[in-house]
Amino acid sequence: MMTVSASPRTVYLDNNATTACAPDVVAEMLPFFTEQFGNPSSIHAIGASVAPAIRTARERLQNLLGVAHESEIVYTSGGTESDTTAIISALRAYPERREIITSAVEHHAVLTVCEHLARHEGYKLHVIPVDGQGRLDLKAYENALSENVAVVSIMWANNETGTIFPIEHLAQMAKPYGILFHTDAVQAVGKVPFRLSNSAIDMLSLSAHKIHGPKGVGALYLKRGVKFRPLFRGGHQERGRRAGTENTAGIVGLGKAAELAQAGFRDENIRVRSLRDRLERELMALIPNTIVTGDVEQRLPNTTTIAFEFVEGEAILLMLSRAGIAASSGSACTSGSLEPSHVMRAMNIPFTAAHGATRFSLSRDNTEEDVDRVIAVLPGIIERLRAMSPYWSSSARAPAEFQPAYS
Amino acid sequence: MWNYSEKVQEHFFNPRNSGVLDDANGVGEVGSISCGDALKLFLKIDPANDTITEARFQTFGCGSAIASSSALTEIIIGKTIDQALSVTNQDIADYLDGLPPEKMHCSVMGAEALRAAIANYRGEVWTDDDHEEGALICKCFGVDAGMIERAVRVNKLNSIEQITNYTKAGGACKTCHEKIEEVLGQVLTAMAAEGAIDTIPAPSCPVAPSAPVHKPMTNLQKIQLITTAIEELRPTLQRDGGDIELVDIDGDTVMVNLRGSCVGCQMSSITLSGVQERLMMVLGKPVRVIPAQAA
Repeated sequence: MMTVSASPRTVYLDNNATTACAPDVVAEMLPFFTEQFGNPSSIHAIGASVAPAIRTARERLQNLLGVAHESEIVYTSGGTESDTTAIISALRAYPERREIITSAVEHHAVLTVCEHLARHEGYKLHVIPVDGQGRLDLKAYENALSENVAVVSIMWANNETGTIFPIEHLAQMAKPYGILFHTDAVQAVGKVPFRLSNSAIDMLSLSAHKIHGPKGVGALYLKRGVKFRPLFRGGHQERGRRAGTENTAGIVGLGKAAELAQAGFRDENIRVRSLRDRLERELMALIPNTIVTGDVEQRLPNTTTIAFEFVEGEAILLMLSRAGIAASSGSACTSGSLEPSHVMRAMNIPFTAAHGATRFSLSRDNTEEDVDRVIAVLPGIIERLRAMSPYWSSSARAPAEFQPAYS
Repeated sequence: MWNYSEKVQEHFFNPRNSGVLDDANGVGEVGSISCGDALKLFLKIDPANDTITEARFQTFGCGSAIASSSALTEIIIGKTIDQALSVTNQDIADYLDGLPPEKMHCSVMGAEALRAAIANYRGEVWTDDDHEEGALICKCFGVDAGMIERAVRVNKLNSIEQITNYTKAGGACKTCHEKIEEVLGQVLTAMAAEGAIDTIPAPSCPVAPSAPVHKPMTNLQKIQLITTAIEELRPTLQRDGGDIELVDIDGDTVMVNLRGSCVGCQMSSITLSGVQERLMMVLGKPVRVIPAQAA
C-alpha cells in the first residue's frame, strides 16, 4: 500500500482568538452529552449524578485562580457575558454612582458596553489612555477615581499586544473610594499567576475557549460580599446569580481546561515564552522597517504583535494562510472598518505601520518547527507585498531613516 | 475570514500587471495610507487612437484591494479611454465574481484610480467625489452612515421606514435597525443644534410590518400574467395540431377553450391540468383551470 505524505500541519499562531480544545477536555465532556444528560437541579438519580461533576469543575477553577470560596465562582456563557454581567451589576447595585472607568485598549466586550451606557443611559465614562507602548496612564486613572464611580473595568492583559496592566495596584487604588473593581482576564488566565483570595479585585471574567476548553462557557469570579445584581433571573442556578440550566458539558470542559492550564503554567512561561522570543527576534532581524508593539517588558509570554511598515495586514494573513500559517491582524480590513484597531490607534502607532500589525499568539501546542516555518516564509511575503506597495518604493529606499514615532 | 471568490483569491495570489510602468503617460493615485487603502495606476495610452496599451498598478491594501487593482488592469488593457471610462466599480466586482459588501470600496478605488489616470493623461485635474463615508450600516444593500446622513438631512427624514424608502438601508434582513436608529438620532440631534429643524422628533418606533409583505396582485397584473403564460403554451399545443384560448377569469377560476385536435382528445384533461400547473407557478397561488363550455 502506498503511503501518501500528509501535507504539513497548519501552524496555529492565533491562540488569543481561540485555542484548540484539548483532547483530554473533550474526553471528559463527552459523557455529559450522552448518558450523563441529567439536569443537576433534578431530585432523581439521573440529575443528581451530574452535580458532583459541576462541583469538581468549580474546585479546579478555584485552584487555578486561588479563590477562597467555591461560591465565588459563577458559571456564564463566556467572557462577554461575564464582562456585561459585572459592569451592569455594579451600576444597578450602586444607582447613585453615575461614572464608569475603563481603558482605551479594552476588548469590545467591555468598551462597547461602557460606550453604550454612556451614550444611552447618561453615564459619565472615563476612558484611561495608554502611552506608545500600551502602558496605562496611571495619573489619569488616579484623577478619574472618585466616589461617583460605580465600577472600574480594566483588562488584565491586552489581547492584541499582550501588554499586562498592574491590576492589583489599580484595584488597591480604587478601594478607598468604595468602587467595585472588575477585570477582564480572559487573556491572562493560565499565563499569569492568580491569588484572588488575597486581592482587592472584586470581579474577574474568564473564558474556557482561551485555555484549550470549549467555546460558549466561562465564569465570573465574584468576591464574597460584593453587591451583585443578576443579569439573568428566573432560576436558582448558581445560587440565583445566573439563571438558566447549567451548560454541564461546557462547565465540565472548563474545569478540565483549568486543571490543564495550571499544570501547563511553567511550560507556558518558559518554553512558550522562549519560542515567542525567538520568533520575534529572528523576524526583526530578517525584516527591515518593523516594530514590536506594546510593552515588551510587561507582556504575556505567548503574544507578539509586529507591525510591518507599508504593507497591509489582511494581505499578510492571506499569504500566511496559504503557507499553512494562521495568525491575526489589527488591520482595518480584517474588521470591515476603515481604521486600524483601536488598540493600535490608542498607542499612536503610525498609520504606515498600524495597518500592517500582525499578531502571533502561541500556546503550549506550538513547537520549534512552527516558529521555523514562520521565519522561513514571512520575510518573502513581506518583500513581495512591499514590492507591490506604492509607499514602499517611494520611501523605503532609505530604511535606516525609519524612526518609529514612539521610540 | 472574508468569503472571497476563487477569482478574488486567484487575482490576489497571482496579480496581473503589478509594478511600476516607467513610460506611463497617465498616472492616477487614490486612497491614502490613513484609511488603509491606496492605489497608484499607471497607464500607457497610444495618443494616435487613445487606446490603453499597457496598465500597471501598485497597491497598498487588503486582498480584495490587490485583486481589484489586478482585475482593473485586465479589464482596461486594449480599450480606448472612452470605453475605459464606462467601466464602473460594479464591473470590477463582477469581473471578480463579486466582493463582500464591506469590500466594495476596493472596487470603487479601482474605478476612481482609472478616472484619475485618464484625467492625468488629458492634462486635467481629477477630484475625489467622496465615496466612502463612515461605517457600513446595512450590509444587504451596502449603505454607509454617510449615505444615511445625507438622505436624512436632505429629505428631513425621521423614521427607519423613511430611511429604507430613500436608501434601501435596513430593507432586507432588518438586523441593522438599531444602528440606523442610532445614526438617525445623531443626525437629528445635530440638525436641531444647527437650527435646521425646530425640534428633534420623537423617535418613531418601527411598526410591525402589516400583514402581507408583498402587495396583493391587482386584477390587471393577474390577467396579464395569465395571458402571457397561455400565449407561451400555445406553440406546444399547435405543434400537435391543437390550440388553446383564454375565455374568462373569475376569481381563481380560469376558463379556457381547447381547440383543434385537442377537442375530443382523450388527453385533454391532462392538458388542462398541465396548464393549471403552469399558471399556478406563474401566479404563485392556486388556481383552477376549466373548459369554458363547462362553466
